[in-house]
Amino acid sequence: MQTHALDIQALKRDQTRSASPAAPAATSLRMENLNLFYNQRSQALFDINLEIPRQRVTAFIGPSGCGKSSLLRCINRMNDLVDGCRIEGRLLLDDEDIYDRRVDVAALRRRVGMVFQKPNPFPKSIYENVAYGLRIQGINKKRVLDEVVERSLRAAALWDEVKDRLHESALSLSGGQQQRLVIARTIAVEPEVLLLDEPASALDPISTLKIEELIYELKARYTIVIVTHNMQQAARVSDMTAFMYMGKLIEYDDTDTLFTNPEQKQTEDYITGRYG
Amino acid sequence: MNKMIDEQELHNDQAPGVKAWLRSGDPLIWLNGAAVSVCVIAVVGLLLLLAVRGLSHFWPADVLAVTVSYQGQSRELLGEVVEEVEVSGGQLREAGFELQGSGPFFQRTLLKQGNRDFLGTDFTWLIDEQFGARRFPADLLVVERLDWGNFYGYLRGVNRLGEAPITVAEQGEATTLAALQTLIADTVAVREEIDHIEQGAIGTINYDLERLRLRERGLELEGRLDALAQAELASERAELELRFRELQDQLYVLYDSIKDHSYSAELADGRVVTLPIAKVVRAYQPNAMNVPAKMSMYGKRLWEFLSQPPREANTEGGIFPAMFGTVLMVILMSIIVTPFGVVAAVYLREYASQGFVTRTIRVAVNNLAGVPSIVYGVFGLGFFVYFVGGELDQLFFPASLPRPTFGTPGLMWASLTLALLTLPVVIVATEEGLARIPSTVREGSLALGATRAETLWRVVLPMASPAMMTGLILAVARAAGEVAPLMLVGVVKLAPTLPLDANYPYLHLDQKFMHLGFHIYDVGFQSPNVEAARPLVYATAFLLVVIIALLNLTAVSLRNRLRERYKSLEH
Repeated sequence: MQTHALDIQALKRDQTRSASPAAPAATSLRMENLNLFYNQRSQALFDINLEIPRQRVTAFIGPSGCGKSSLLRCINRMNDLVDGCRIEGRLLLDDEDIYDRRVDVAALRRRVGMVFQKPNPFPKSIYENVAYGLRIQGINKKRVLDEVVERSLRAAALWDEVKDRLHESALSLSGGQQQRLVIARTIAVEPEVLLLDEPASALDPISTLKIEELIYELKARYTIVIVTHNMQQAARVSDMTAFMYMGKLIEYDDTDTLFTNPEQKQTEDYITGRYG
Repeated sequence: MNKMIDEQELHNDQAPGVKAWLRSGDPLIWLNGAAVSVCVIAVVGLLLLLAVRGLSHFWPADVLAVTVSYQGQSRELLGEVVEEVEVSGGQLREAGFELQGSGPFFQRTLLKQGNRDFLGTDFTWLIDEQFGARRFPADLLVVERLDWGNFYGYLRGVNRLGEAPITVAEQGEATTLAALQTLIADTVAVREEIDHIEQGAIGTINYDLERLRLRERGLELEGRLDALAQAELASERAELELRFRELQDQLYVLYDSIKDHSYSAELADGRVVTLPIAKVVRAYQPNAMNVPAKMSMYGKRLWEFLSQPPREANTEGGIFPAMFGTVLMVILMSIIVTPFGVVAAVYLREYASQGFVTRTIRVAVNNLAGVPSIVYGVFGLGFFVYFVGGELDQLFFPASLPRPTFGTPGLMWASLTLALLTLPVVIVATEEGLARIPSTVREGSLALGATRAETLWRVVLPMASPAMMTGLILAVARAAGEVAPLMLVGVVKLAPTLPLDANYPYLHLDQKFMHLGFHIYDVGFQSPNVEAARPLVYATAFLLVVIIALLNLTAVSLRNRLRERYKSLEH
């Protein structure tokens, strides 16, 4: 426990250091006047304008039902699955509108991976879970799969724990291990963007810590967008933070600035715990 | 006044006790326990009744020899005691019996005396007071025969064709009995050879001849039956007929070799009769047998019941064809209904938009499960047999018309009708299974770049497979016990051949077949010899239950394995 706490301190210091030299990171995702409707009457998102930098961690915070998960699910078009869902405005991934008619949704989702709140491994072996995305793409060569599975599990800091039981059911893992397995499964298909929807909310503190360390490791290679309820977590892991309220983007800034010197009263009220 | 207070006090005293007891939930637990016990007793009782009544039939019971005297006359009787009941004297006197005893009740015995060819009836009711001493003579012989039911009597001699007769009087009983058993064994071996030739080689030749005829007719219909084709057909036919005649000659020789062996025996009334060995299944002396010998005989008779076709209008012999037909039909039905039901359920749950039309379809499907099965039978006959079968015959089997091939009830139509009957069960079960799969798992697959179809194939369907098995289990349980629709679409009292044999195309979907459920009905209610058939009704019913249980157990164990593998992510 002690060492972990220290780690987090160190982690935090590193982060503030890396964020402070205002190196203008290239934009990965840009949202322009994004509106989301779940049906004729209910609008979930109002005129969102947001630029998410490449290879940084961006956190969405806000009270329950503020639309942060909806916004996240717009990025890999998960909302398409909801009947009667409609989107207005543009969402650009590398200057390409992902809501364009010509976009292949499956290909988009390979570029934008997603990890959900509850660990959702498939009822297959650990190995097959990680290899799933590759098999979908028609890659079945054992040598390639072996390599990718090992690399992904190592990247998700799970390899050492499971290397001797790769062919056991993924459901035999603990919750925290399952969530790291899901992350390994997601990065096995080499996405550009990683969407994390409250990835640690169903986990115990130690597992949460491991996931946070992992996020820190992964941002070197992926653009990460994380939704979290936990403001300490947002402060610990993210470079940029967006505060949302009632479907609107209230404030978006460097994590440090947003937490120490928010411009909006609403933001300050929320982060100081006055409502939420 | 005082009294009222007392009553009130009493009331107050009691109420908390009863109330507390009611509130503790104990009564409900007792009620639940009682309900479960009633169910268990009912099921166990049913099985016990079927098992005891059915399985005891195969036990080689002791044979009673008794002198019955009535109105000054006496006669000797032999037979197995089948049933003993008490009846009131009044009832017997009304029926015209003269009774000696004065008690209100008299014991009556149902005796299976066999020897139908000599006595007319093989079952007789007797009043016990007319009985003299009961004897169980050790040399009493029971002969199971192909015709006329059992024979009961005392062995007197054995006559093997071309050899000197062996008689009990001269060579002694043991020698004679041994000679009888050897002769029976030899004869049974020859009879098996005959069966083999008739069922195997001659069956194949008949089948080939029929195909030849169809080819000729087909050529004729196409207008291509020229001299060359005719000559070719004629030569093939000549060859087949030659082989047929050879086999027939062989059969004649075999038949001749056994037909004149005989044995002679003395009936209860002292008559000595001579009977052909060729008609004997087996002979034994139950009164001389000890328990292990009887058990071995029991095993033989039970195995005969399970492995042999029926004889004597289904009142004797086995039920193998019915068992085979039932299992084959259920398997075919499963093969048809599972993919259909699963595909329909997948469409309804995964692809169709959940609007008014889908809801209507779902309600309609659920209601189909409640349609009486005979209605399906009528539909199967009208649509499958007459319409689809008729069209198939026109299209593919014009050569055999006007004799229908598929335009008549048969195995395929029976399986299809039952598949239709059980379709709602499979659809409903599969739909429920699909609905139970957490959406997070689907989303996980989609988020990895899988399409909906890939998600369905790789994740959703495997996870829903236990539910499909549940549907199939329910379908099998319903289909295996169904009789009414089958009577219309393919089941018969006696099918000469099995629907699966060595003749191309091996599985004869157009053939009629036998079925255990219908067999029970036929043996029990359509039989010329009700008393003889009754134990077989119980035994067949017991077997049907056992087969359904076995089919279900197989499916259940398969489902449990799948469940273990795809246990849902509920934690």
